[in-house]
Amino acid sequence: MEAWSQFVQLLFSGLTIGSIYALVALGFVITYSVTGILNLAQGDFAMLGALICIALVNSGVPFVLAIGLSMMAAMVIGGLFERLAIQPARHSSVAVLIIITIGASFVFRGIALLVWGTDPYALRPFAGGGSLSMFGAVLQWQSVWAIVISLASFIGLHLFFHRTYFGKAVTACVINPFAARLMGIDIRKMSLGAIAVSAGLGALAGIVIAPISGASYDMGIMIGLKAFIAAVVGGLTNAPAAIAGAFLVGLLESFAEGYLSSGYKDAVSFGLLLLVLFVMPNGLFAKMTGKRV
Amino acid sequence: MERDERIKGGRRRLVLLVLVAAWLGFPWLVAGNNYLLSTLIIIGVYALVSTGMTLLMGYAGQISLGQAAFYGVGAYTSAYLTAHAGWPPWLAMAVGAVLAALVAFVVGIPVFRLREHYLALATLGFGVIMFTLFKEWEAITGGLNGFFGIPPISVLGMSLQTDIQFYYLVWLFVLAGLWFAHNIVRSRVGRALRAIHGSEVAASSLGVNITKYKLQIFMLSAMYASVAGSLYAHYVTFINPDLFGIVPSIYFLIMVVIGGTAGVWGGLVGAAVYVCLGEWLKAVVPILMPDAGGEFEIVFFGLLLIIMLIYMPSGLTGAVQKGMKRFRTTAGSQTGTTATTERHEARSIGGGNG
Repeated sequence: MEAWSQFVQLLFSGLTIGSIYALVALGFVITYSVTGILNLAQGDFAMLGALICIALVNSGVPFVLAIGLSMMAAMVIGGLFERLAIQPARHSSVAVLIIITIGASFVFRGIALLVWGTDPYALRPFAGGGSLSMFGAVLQWQSVWAIVISLASFIGLHLFFHRTYFGKAVTACVINPFAARLMGIDIRKMSLGAIAVSAGLGALAGIVIAPISGASYDMGIMIGLKAFIAAVVGGLTNAPAAIAGAFLVGLLESFAEGYLSSGYKDAVSFGLLLLVLFVMPNGLFAKMTGKRV
Repeated sequence: MERDERIKGGRRRLVLLVLVAAWLGFPWLVAGNNYLLSTLIIIGVYALVSTGMTLLMGYAGQISLGQAAFYGVGAYTSAYLTAHAGWPPWLAMAVGAVLAALVAFVVGIPVFRLREHYLALATLGFGVIMFTLFKEWEAITGGLNGFFGIPPISVLGMSLQTDIQFYYLVWLFVLAGLWFAHNIVRSRVGRALRAIHGSEVAASSLGVNITKYKLQIFMLSAMYASVAGSLYAHYVTFINPDLFGIVPSIYFLIMVVIGGTAGVWGGLVGAAVYVCLGEWLKAVVPILMPDAGGEFEIVFFGLLLIIMLIYMPSGLTGAVQKGMKRFRTTAGSQTGTTATTERHEARSIGGGNG
């Protein structure tokens, strides 16, 4: 019975962290699909969202409003980042663009460090503190929130991309940017929109995880990298696969932490990354495609 | 033409002579100012790593986000073999370099099948895995507590313990490293690498074995990093895993971007600017913002990275080279000399899109 309840506990925590990764990974997929940029600063939007939200709540702003405001703040920051750092360099090589996003990540992290210092901050859970017992394991309500919110975001995005005008325009850019431009779609606006939406999603992820594991200036790097692994495992342009990848990474980490040692959990997920890259570089769910010269 | 070459050769020899004199004379000039000397030693150590990376990124056009891992391989190999196994430091350093090259070889075979995004990711993943290894393999590395009591290195039976002695040693390595890199660039390997950088497809269709050359240069850059790690370990006598994680890898990347990849000097210039700027920030920022703590300097380096890549993508050496070319053409000198220098010039980071 002991082993069983440990298993369920690890399953729960894997699903929780997986849903956080899924939110950030969705941002990766949107950004990459529209702009072709792998944004390594994606995880830092989670950090900024969480810390801004905590600051707002502590200064007396109602909880729901604080969440909305901090997501908006992250979107504005994301938009600025796109205009100031990505647009001026959009004709550079892939490597240069990646390094620019690394630079942006440093800037975000450094600013957070100067504003909030190195101490971790806590955020109260979304609705009460409690938890519920299931199959001999304890599930915090916040974890339920995390999973529900990530799935709801996914459904919302799906509707957005398939039912709204703007969403369809974005989809058109992904399928064929040149044809999209001929149809009068402004690709630069799409790029701005995509990065802003990704930033908002990242901020939401940070706010959801803050009550569980706290928030600090350096939380973004690992969340970002793990979400990145999830996106790569899923194939980078395939949102449902990226979400599946996120839950896979979350579960793998949780079980590695529980059954092996907590120190090795990062190595396990990056090992998965290398395995996927070497064996199936287009992602686990991709069909075989030839490389165009 | 021939006369130009000879004059240029003479001028170059003069420059070299001045540099060597400066290298030898510097410690006497600063008269035992240990802060300056230790700063120069650190610049030298970093310059070794970034020279290797300049070869990899500037000439072969491959990106590495995990270079600190090789730096760590050298440092821990030297630390363990000299402190626990009682090996002589030089042998340990050589073993570290061979080990780093082996690791680069094993990792490089699958990694260099990947390109662009995936290559960046794979090297990042490699960096995280190696960092985990340094952190968790406590029997060898001492884990998060670090590795204490690394013995000093000795030359001809004399153990180097003062900063002046170490300064000479490190910069000897830097000069040798630069000289070697300079020759590599002018060899068949260098030409092949530039072809790869221009277009991998074109290079391979002309019969250049691109995987072989990329692997070789990756192994070479790993050896540069490893030797630098060994030197660093013997200099500070204490190391911990944080020195070899992802953030240090990014710092090395920043040095390469600052210095630029227009010549083998880029790494040295980048390391010098990086270290001096870091020291300056550490001195100035706390005066302006007394609460600032931790690694606040990353804001400035992040901004610098973005601005450099947007406005000066070929780095400081690239900008100087461009400026000099403009100066020469306006001064009305022969175009022949510029053409000969141009041949050896690397492109910006990342390579062509073909």
